[in-house]
This record gives sequence, C-alpha cells and structure tokens, in this order.
Amino acid sequence: MSAIEIHNLSKCFAKTKAVDNVSFCVEKGELFGLIGPDGAGKTTLFRLLTTLLNPDSGNAKVDGCDIVEDYIAIRSRVGYMPGRFSLYPDLTVEENLQFFAALFGADVEESYELIAPVYKHIEPFRARRAGKLSGGMKQKLALSCALIHRPSVLFLDEPTTGVDAVSRSEFWDMLACLKEKGLTILVSTPYMDEALRCDRIALCNEGRVLCIDTPKEIIRRFERKLYGISAKSMFRLLEKARKATGVEDCYPFGEKHHLVVNDKFDVESFKIELGDIEGLQIVSVESTIEDMFIKLMK
Amino acid sequence: MKHNFASFVKKETLHILRDKRTMLIVMLIPVVLMVLFGFAISTEVNNVNVAVVAPNRTDGVRDAVERLSQNGYFTFKGYISHGEIDSYLRAGKAGAVLVFAPDYDRGVAQMDAGIPIKPLVRLVVDASNVNTAGSATAYLQSVLLGSASQQSMFETRMLFNPQMKSAYSFVPGIMGLIFILVCAMMTSVSIVREKEVGTMEVLLVSPVRPVKIVFAKMIPYFAISCIVLVTIMMLARYLLGVPMSGGMWGVFLLSLLYLLLSLSLGLLVSTIVDTQMAALLISAMVMMMPILMLSGMLFPIENLPGFFRIVSNVVPARWYIDAVRKMMIQGVSIVAVWKNCVILLVMTVTILGVSLKKFNDKLE
Repeated sequence: MSAIEIHNLSKCFAKTKAVDNVSFCVEKGELFGLIGPDGAGKTTLFRLLTTLLNPDSGNAKVDGCDIVEDYIAIRSRVGYMPGRFSLYPDLTVEENLQFFAALFGADVEESYELIAPVYKHIEPFRARRAGKLSGGMKQKLALSCALIHRPSVLFLDEPTTGVDAVSRSEFWDMLACLKEKGLTILVSTPYMDEALRCDRIALCNEGRVLCIDTPKEIIRRFERKLYGISAKSMFRLLEKARKATGVEDCYPFGEKHHLVVNDKFDVESFKIELGDIEGLQIVSVESTIEDMFIKLMK
Repeated sequence: MKHNFASFVKKETLHILRDKRTMLIVMLIPVVLMVLFGFAISTEVNNVNVAVVAPNRTDGVRDAVERLSQNGYFTFKGYISHGEIDSYLRAGKAGAVLVFAPDYDRGVAQMDAGIPIKPLVRLVVDASNVNTAGSATAYLQSVLLGSASQQSMFETRMLFNPQMKSAYSFVPGIMGLIFILVCAMMTSVSIVREKEVGTMEVLLVSPVRPVKIVFAKMIPYFAISCIVLVTIMMLARYLLGVPMSGGMWGVFLLSLLYLLLSLSLGLLVSTIVDTQMAALLISAMVMMMPILMLSGMLFPIENLPGFFRIVSNVVPARWYIDAVRKMMIQGVSIVAVWKNCVILLVMTVTILGVSLKKFNDKLE
C-alpha cells in the first residue's frame, strides 16, 4: 500500500481548474516533491489531501484512508505545514510547541527524539515570541509543530519560500534526516534546484502533472543536446539563434541563453549563420530540471 | 482529551493577556461609559437656581421657599422683583423663577376648602435646554405641591425614579451595548484572525473538532465579560446609586444569559466573514446601530415608527435592556420579567445552533 494514492483528482474554483485530473502515488518513506510555478495547483492539491477541501471528482487515499470518507482519521495521522507562517506570533516558541502537542494529544517529551534534529536549532530561543524569529527559524518551528504528534505522512507546502539560501539547504538536510526515520514526505517548491534532493518529483503546471520520475531520470529524459550561449547583445543573439538551423528552442536561462538543438545542428555552421554577433561564446552544458520543465510546458 | 481543552483555554487567555492595549480598552470602556453617561451626559434636575417673586412674604410663601431650599436639587437664590425676572434668566443667575400670587395664602385656604380658584403660582423657566427645563418643571411642581396636592387636576407622581435621574435609565442601556461589544466583537475578531493568519488551517487538520476550539475561545471572553459585568454593577450601585431594588442576582443571572447570546452572535459573525476588518465592521454597524437606535436605549420603543418597532423585536438588546431596567429601577424580581428571559433564551439557542451548524470544519 502506498502512503498517498491519488486517482483522477480534480478541483475547480469558479472557472479555473486548480487541480485537473491528477493521478500519482507516493510510496511509504519517500521524499516526494511537487515542483511547479505559482498557480500550478500545488496548494490546492495539499488542501485536498489534508482534507481541508473536498474534490469535485476523483478520489485519493492518505495512509490508507479516503480523503472524503475518513477525513477525520486522516487529520490525526498527517502533519501539515501550510505555505504561509501559521503559528501564533504572540506566543513563545515553547508555548507554540506545547499548544500543538496538546492539539494532537501528544507529549513534547515523547516526541522529542523525532523533532530534535529540527527543534535543537531553535531551542535556545524557546522563550522568544514566534513573531520575532527569523524566517528560517520560523520554518523550523513550524516543522517542529507539524511533527510533534509523530505523523506518518508529512505535507509541507512551499516550506522554503522566503527563506535564505543557507537555511534552505539546512531545511533540506533536516528533511533527509526525517526521511531516514521512515516518514513519508510530500513537499512542494517553486525552486527547481531543490527538486534534486527529492526521491521522486512531479512537475506540474496549471493544475496538471506534466511528468513524474526521479530527478535524474527526468534530466536524462531531456534527450537533447544543450548549449549555453552568450554575447554582448543578448537580445539580438536570442532573436538570431531561434532562427538558426537545427535549433529547436532558445530561451534565457540565468546569465546565458540555453540552446536546445537536434541532430542537424553543428556548432561551426551555427557560428557562421549568426554572422556578426560580437563576443559570441558557446559551451556545451548539462540539462537541468528547469530545461525539462520548459520543454514540457510547450 | 480533557487535557487539550484546558490547553486551548490557556492559549486563548495568553492571546488576550499579551494584547495589553485591547485588554485595557475592554476594561476601561465600561468605566468611561458609565461615568460619562452617569455624570456628564445628564438630563436630570441638578442644582437648578431658583429665584422667587413674592409681593407678600406670607407664611405660606415662606413655607414653600423653605421646602425648596431644603431640597438638594434646587438652590434658592433669593427674592427678586417682577422687573428682574427677565434679566435674571438671561444672565443665567436663575434657571427658574417662581412667581407667587399676592393672595397666595388665602387661595391655598380656599382650595383646601374645595373652592375652585385661579392658579396661584406662575413658574417661569429658562427652556434653552429643553430636557432640563422639562424635568425641572415637573420636579419643582411636585416639590411645591407637597401637602397641597389638590392644586392640580392631575396628580402626577414619579414612581421609582422621582428625581428622574438619567443615569438610572442609561445603566441598562450601557450594559446592553458593552456586552455586545466585548463578547460579540472580540470573539468574532479572534476567530476570524485565525482564519486570516492561516492558523485555522492547521487547527482544522487536527483530530480536534472545531466546536471544541470555538468553545475554548469563548471561555476567556466570557470570563472577561463577567469581570466587566461585576464592574458595571458595582459602579451602578455605589457610584451612581442605582437602587437595584429587584435584587442584584436577578440582573446578574439575566446578564449571564445575555453574555452567552453575545458570544453566539460573535460566533455567527465569524462564520460569515473571512477578515478581521469585516468582522469589526459587521459588529460595529450591524450590531451596534440597532442597539443604539432600536433597543430603547436612547429612544423609547413606543416612539419608533411602526416598521422599526417591528424590527426592534429581533434586537436582543431590546429585551435585555427592558428587563434590566425593570429589575434595577422598578425593583421587580427576575420572575416578573420571565417573558424577556424566555425570548433571550430562545434567541441564544437559535443563534448558537445556526452558527455551530454553519461553522465548517473544511475551508469552504
């Protein structure tokens, strides 16, 4: 039995399809990532799975319980951390933790071992009001609170949005640590680089899941040769490169443009074709998940 | 699971205690309102300066003046001549002037014998403040009539509140207003804040039923309201001297019911709106206005146009204020206002029922 099973789940708000016929499974003990831009329907999917919303059609099971029929059972088995900071800013770190323990009828001491890898970072500040913590510390406290009742499945909705790079990396280390303890974790993020730290990922956009696989496999499935090109006038380069022979796609990617090419492409003839572009540089680059995402969006 | 209910109450109490400013306002508003309505805004007769014109200072006149000056609400300013009346009133040296007829004593004697006569006393009053003038006139008459009450065709006696102290009638009104403010507004805002901040999402994804969360929220506010209630009752009794002749317990008991009703109203508002601002607006506009206008607090229900009189029936404060007024000032016991109690009880149960049914344990 999988920890999460989703079959043809759909949810509409007015005319927008927030979740559109989504199906996938998350295995027990897996760290599964939902990767997609804002508005991809990640939050709605989380709310469906945490039983906060009822689906329009389709069904899903979390830890063996149906999200509509057995929603009360699900609520005591999952840990949920919503996208925005959802603790009480006027209560201290410790009071927040105690309250959430009481909410689930759990005991802080009993669960201490589980939350320790996360909580030890903020324990020195336990008398501080939660509202006065830094962004990274707030997320750690929220995670501690979501873990306090030893849930079997953890739902983390964009836990690293608005958190600095160092804290983000730390946060993923903690998730890896929790995974070791056997937790199933479903995490969403708009950051493609974080996708690599998941066991499997689902790329989603506009309510649909575009593809599901391990990050490595997704990158491998790109199956095209990729170049990074740059020049003095990046805009002219983009215009010209798109028209060149053998070029399937060209799009801005950080400091460079990424050039997706097929078999007809040849570097030398490409340079000639571009002609008078000043300071042209072309290097072969590894494809990333973002490249795959852009390809799938077409 | 008893354990977690206590934790909820504790958490809610912490929220309230940490928000010192709101706490202060809640505790202070009742006191300020009581003092304001009790002393500053008063239409009652207090310290009216009275001058007297008496061509003959006979025994009867002296006796009447004596009664007047011994009364704490009037100050006798001395005898003046006919020509001075206008200038005295204009200069504000007197609020009212009593003009005795030259044959006052003989007239009183004739009247006692049952012979109809012309009026013996003329009362000239500065009516620039209509309210004060009206009540001063009425009270002056009753003081002067004293033993010779046969003078008038109507014998008017002000029962229960003979001095027409306005504080008396304002106290129940203030109570009706304040509890809606404290209970309804604060509970609705506090529940809606959880929605707005997003903590409601986390609370819902837990094994605890929302009903429990909501009741835990009500308890601290109920406690605060009880403190406010006791404060108001003490102020009313000892500062304003409201007689409470119907017994404090009746008022207290009915007020507890009214507190529950207000809390339920707050809960109802919180199920309708999603932002604290909207909760505030609804509490202020939709609840306060009817209380001020349609509850009999400021204007008597009987004076309302027909349509509003019907509407006033669904304003809970109307029944509460009416009952408290009867108990505090008329001195009847809670049994005598059973009708109001039943109406309030039915309202409470209905509102609580509707809001609990409406309170969703999902997001939509």
